[in-house]
Amino acid sequence: MTPAVRRWVFLAGVAGLAAFYLWGLTGLPRFGSYPGPYGDVINRIAVAQTNATGVVSAINFEYRGFDTIGEEFILFAAAIGTATVLRHLRGERERAARDEAMDRTVPPASEAVRMVSLLLVGPTVLVGWYLASHAQTSPSGGFQGGVVLATGFILIYLAGEFLVFKRISPVDVTDAVGAVGAGGFAAVGVTAVAMGLPYLFNFLPLGSTPGAVSSSGTIALISFLVGIEVAAAFVLIVSELLEQTLLFRQESR
Amino acid sequence: MGIFPFVVAAWILAVGLYGIVTSRHLVHQIVCLIVVQSSTYVLLLGVGYRRGAAAPYFSDIPVHTPAVDPVVQALALTDVVVEAAVTALLLAFAIQAHKRFGTLDPQELVQFRG
Repeated sequence: MTPAVRRWVFLAGVAGLAAFYLWGLTGLPRFGSYPGPYGDVINRIAVAQTNATGVVSAINFEYRGFDTIGEEFILFAAAIGTATVLRHLRGERERAARDEAMDRTVPPASEAVRMVSLLLVGPTVLVGWYLASHAQTSPSGGFQGGVVLATGFILIYLAGEFLVFKRISPVDVTDAVGAVGAGGFAAVGVTAVAMGLPYLFNFLPLGSTPGAVSSSGTIALISFLVGIEVAAAFVLIVSELLEQTLLFRQESR
Repeated sequence: MGIFPFVVAAWILAVGLYGIVTSRHLVHQIVCLIVVQSSTYVLLLGVGYRRGAAAPYFSDIPVHTPAVDPVVQALALTDVVVEAAVTALLLAFAIQAHKRFGTLDPQELVQFRG
């Protein structure tokens, strides 16, 4: 199929999609007049049932917890898949970057970038930790906190400390931490079953004050486990992708 | 206003698909896939929006305040993170494709076999 034919086939398909979509929109409620019952029901009962004032987290880690386990394992599988696809193949060996201009040395990261990056590491880790541990009360949670935590590690790389980055995030450790996070989530569910309750049932004490750090039982625990899993997965992905810049590429055509 | 946000979602979807269909570079194609996926966020959050309602966080507002739908927000949230990880996996495939075939043009890549 030539590019021109491909484009015409696409345009015909999109025209059909647009026609049906606009037709469908005529029967849809107007934007801003939300008709669904589920959101209203959950908004009304979630705080009383779970003592979490952040209803989105309550849904993610309690009402829809079983779905979130699935999402979590998609993330886990994608990280492991990235590491597997980028493993060292036969005939590849590490060497310094092959530069076109051999007489020029690679400029090191500038002092300003180094200093700002290293200064930001502490606050970034703190914010990530805060987000991962306050799912029950604020618009945060393990997914967001984990990504911010991973950013702390990536800032170390940005500061030009690739070897430090590799040393504090070896694949064995990030793999193990990620597995603890993902497996811990599943283990929380199994623990509830062992106690004779439904899978992922919130079996921990809910605390007395809605929205307190100690409230909401397994919601806070699962959010924290998701946080370390997401952080580990992203550190693993980034270090695997960065390592590719050090690989010698054998021409194997 | 009416249906405008839903039209925007469809437009983002169509633009991303057009990029995928006509792309001449795998990395560009992956970015187009991210654009396609972004349309789902607009659609989800547009469906759950309610005029004049608060965010579904009851830390500092009374519990019975009308709030937007938290279910679609939870869906969008996990979607974002999973999308980032899947994008990394696709980029890894792109790296290996370039190592093996020496090109990142999808229209050249279809000529290669295994």
